[in-house]
Parts: sequence; structure tokens; C-alpha cells
Amino acid sequence: MISVAEAPPGRQVQLRLLAGSNDGRLDSHLAQHGRLPVLETNQVMGMARDAGLTGRGGAGFPLWRKLSAVAAGGRAPVVIANGAEGEPASGKDRALLTYAPNLVLDGLQLVALGAQSVVLYAPAAGHRALRELLDARRAAGLDRVPVRLVTAPDAFVAGEESAAAAAVAGRGAVPADKLVRITESGPGGAPTLVQNVETLAHLAMIARYGAGWFRAAGTAEEPGTFLATVSGAVASPGVVEAGYGVALGDLIAAAGGASAPLSAVLVGGYHGGWVPAEGALPVSRAGLMPYGGSPGAGVIVALPRNACGLMETARIAGYLAGQVAGQCGPCVNGLPRLASTLTDLAQLRARPGLPAEVDRLARLVTGRGACRHPDGTARLIHSAMRAFEADVAAHLTGRCLATDARG
Amino acid sequence: MNRLHVDWTACDGRGLCAELLPELLVEDDWGYPAPRGDMSVPPALEPAARQAVDRCPALALRLTAPASS
Ligand SMILES: Cc1cc2nc3c(=O)[nH]c(=O)nc-3n(C[C@H](O)[C@H](O)[C@H](O)COP(=O)(O)O)c2cc1C
Ligand code: SF4
Ligand code: SF4
Repeated sequence: MISVAEAPPGRQVQLRLLAGSNDGRLDSHLAQHGRLPVLETNQVMGMARDAGLTGRGGAGFPLWRKLSAVAAGGRAPVVIANGAEGEPASGKDRALLTYAPNLVLDGLQLVALGAQSVVLYAPAAGHRALRELLDARRAAGLDRVPVRLVTAPDAFVAGEESAAAAAVAGRGAVPADKLVRITESGPGGAPTLVQNVETLAHLAMIARYGAGWFRAAGTAEEPGTFLATVSGAVASPGVVEAGYGVALGDLIAAAGGASAPLSAVLVGGYHGGWVPAEGALPVSRAGLMPYGGSPGAGVIVALPRNACGLMETARIAGYLAGQVAGQCGPCVNGLPRLASTLTDLAQLRARPGLPAEVDRLARLVTGRGACRHPDGTARLIHSAMRAFEADVAAHLTGRCLATDARG
Repeated sequence: MNRLHVDWTACDGRGLCAELLPELLVEDDWGYPAPRGDMSVPPALEPAARQAVDRCPALALRLTAPASS
């Protein structure tokens, strides 16, 4: 099992969000960045658009479009900062909420004007410190709009946007049907804005330093930095920050370098894709497109050559199958079947037609759930079947290349 | 073209819609409706699609205009 070790900031490729003292204190934050300028919603929207800021929670959707969809509703919205981070291989949102929470809370204020309810949705473990910080900010007159803390349960799908909106409305944190978008009408009928905490932290930086400054990092098409959680076969796993387009090898070097020869790297997390362990590969949508991948929420897992990629994927698929919110038939039935079929292949219980069956099941579940959990799971498995093609062939003859590599 | 939308959180998977609309839907391994194509409804099948929507016991099946869904 790959787990994320405590994720101290400090190693970097290009530090911005995590460039300060990272003590989480209000006084150090104000000393470093000063007060947030007062901006109207239109100005915030314009800056987000000029900066090209996209969501850091996985889908990479432009922030300004969501802001404008919610504003078009003409009713006071519910605004949610999403710090759930249900993904086990991700530690960046927790790191951000621990080391630079004031940037997140600044960003939340920028999108909270006129809202009927403003929420920070985060795991319970961080609430005490966040509560104290929110009180201090109110006392210092920083937060025009009061912020409510709501507990994000420890479940993979709890951070999906409609699940977050449901939890905030006092219901179970499970996803809802998408016929009506929550930016139009969320659980209580109000337009609902859900943004990843890192997206909001970038917005707080843009409000201070400008769209041009933001664009000085990353690529022209994918501007800015992102937080990456690097784990697996690296010397010192943790959270690093880099501009989009950073070389995969530089991210791994920033996490202490590979601790063993690598065979592949999982990029984008449990809903992401396997890519070759090529140091020069740019970590950006454009760079990862040929592999059907994307940076997603910045999860990078390095796979050592003596571990079997099919086994590792089967393990993740088993985990994901256990995380289905028991609602949608194709997902509830399909993901466990998909995981067990892949496990048969991984554990050398080969039957003819097994790879084709994995492929069929992955296609069958895609697009057939209230949320994109089945789609993401299918994407991961499709990418594994491509990236570990040689392993699949070996497994069908009863051999495992990773076991062979161990000698 | 209008499209079929299934609310998967409501669908009970007994496959009534696939019986009523075999041109567009098949039952998957577990009885849930799976699209033969991409869920868009050609005009000629619109009446049958409406009937399937009306008869869905779970109110899970909808016809949506192209812009949404
Ligand atoms: C199964 C699933 C789990 C998700 N979990 C999270 C999460 O833990 N945190 C998060 O910010 N976004 C998560 N997302 C993405 C959210 O639905 C949503 O796109 C995001 O919070 C929007 O914020 P952003 O545009 O700032 O990225 C998840 C999506 C899916 C399908
Ligand atoms: S698609 Fe799966 S994970 Fe998503 S809501 Fe439906 S059952 Fe839950
Ligand atoms: S008729 Fe309705 S409940 Fe039955 S399978 Fe079709 S969509 Fe699901």
C-alpha cells in the first residue's frame, strides 16, 4: 500500500503557495502578503479569466466560467471550499490547510461576496486549528463573510462536488444526479459553487500579484503552479510545487529522487493514468495527452521495476470498488467485477479473453453513474492495460516480469 | 436531437426501458439499461422514448434537450 507520509513543504521546484514561513499563522501571513485588496465579483472573475486559473481539484475547469455560471443564477449562492481530499495518495490539500491556510481563506472571501452561506469543507482532524484561525481573522476584520466549517468524511467520493454540496446541506456526503448542474441549483435550490482549496489559494495570490505574475509560471496554455503529492519509490515522499509543464524527472527529484529503478509513474491519482518513467515528460495536459492522462489533482506515484504494475492497479481498483457510494447499479456492480477480473489477471489466474473482458467492463461502466467515479476507475484501468502491455502478455503465459526482475 | 438521461441513483435496473426501446437500449450484465449508441433519440423513436420515460417505475428516465445533460 502506498501511503502519503507527512508532507512538509520546503522542497520545491517553484514555490509560490508554499513559499512563506508555512507556520499557518495569521501574523506571518499578513507580514508576507499583506491584506487582501477589496475586489468586486466582476473584478475577481476578470482576474481569474486573465490569469487562466483552472481548478486544482482534478477536472481542471476554468474558475471564471463557474463564477459566471453561478452569478448568472441571480440568486445568493452557497459557496464551498473543498478540502475533502478523499484520494489516499494525495496530501496537498491537507498540507495547504496546515501550512498556508490563510491563502485558502483569502481566496474563499474573494468568491464569497453576496453568498447566503460560505463553507470550508475539510476533514475533522484540521478543524480545531482552522476554527481558531477563522476566529482570529474575524477579530482582525479580515473576513467580510463568516465561514462555517463542515466535516468532510473520510471517503473517496466525499469530495465530489455534489457530495460536498449534500454534506454541507446536512445530508450524506454522496454524489447526486447531474441533470441539473449544482452551479444552477444545488441541494437546497441555491446555485452552488464548489472549488478546490488550492484553486482558491491561487486566486488569493492573483488578487495580490496580478494575472501577469501568475502566468509567469507554467506554460502559455496551462499557466501557474500546482501542488503535487509525490510518493511511491522516491527517497522522500511529500508535497512539492511546480509550474505546469515541469519535467516529470524534476518533480521526482524534488521528492528526493527515485529510490529504485522505475518502470512507470501514476500521474493524476487513482482516477489518473500510468505513464512511462521518462524524466523529460512534461507534466501538463498537453504533455500527458498522448497517454490519456492529465495532471489531475497533482498526484504522482512512482512504481519501482520490481513491483508489478498490474498488481498495483488491481489493488487500487479493489480500493476504488470498495469506495462506490452504493447508489448507481452499473457502478455498484461493475467496479467490483472489474476489480476482480483485473485481480485474476494480476495474480496469474489467466484465462483466454481476460484482457478483452477487462476492456469490455471498463467501457461498460464509463459514463454510467451519477458521478465520474466509474469513468475515472475505467480510465486508470485502460491506461494500465496499455502501459503494462508486456506484463499482460507475460501474465497470460503464467509469468510476471516484476517477479523475474527481483531475480 | 433529444437525448435519454438515466438518473442512476434512482434506476432500479429491472430493464423495462430496454424492453420498450430495444432500438436504443440493451440490458447490461445486471439488468441496467446500456446505450447502443450515444443516447440520442432520432425523431422517429421519440414517441417510443416518451412512452419509456412515462412508464419508468423509478422516474429515473428522462428526455432532455440537446443543450443540457
Ligand atoms: C469521485 C470524485 C472524488 C472527488 N474528490 C475531490 C476532492 O476530494 N477534492 C476536490 O477538490 N475535488 C474532488 N473532486 C472534483 C470535484 O467534483 C470538483 O470538480 C472540484 O472540487 C471543483 O473544484 P476545482 O474546479 O477548484 O478543481 C472529485 C471528483 C470525483 C468524481
Ligand atoms: S457513480 Fe458510483 S461512486 Fe458515483 S454516485 Fe454512483 S454509485 Fe456512487
Ligand atoms: S425503466 Fe427506469 S428504473 Fe427500469 S431500468 Fe429503465 S431507467 Fe431503470
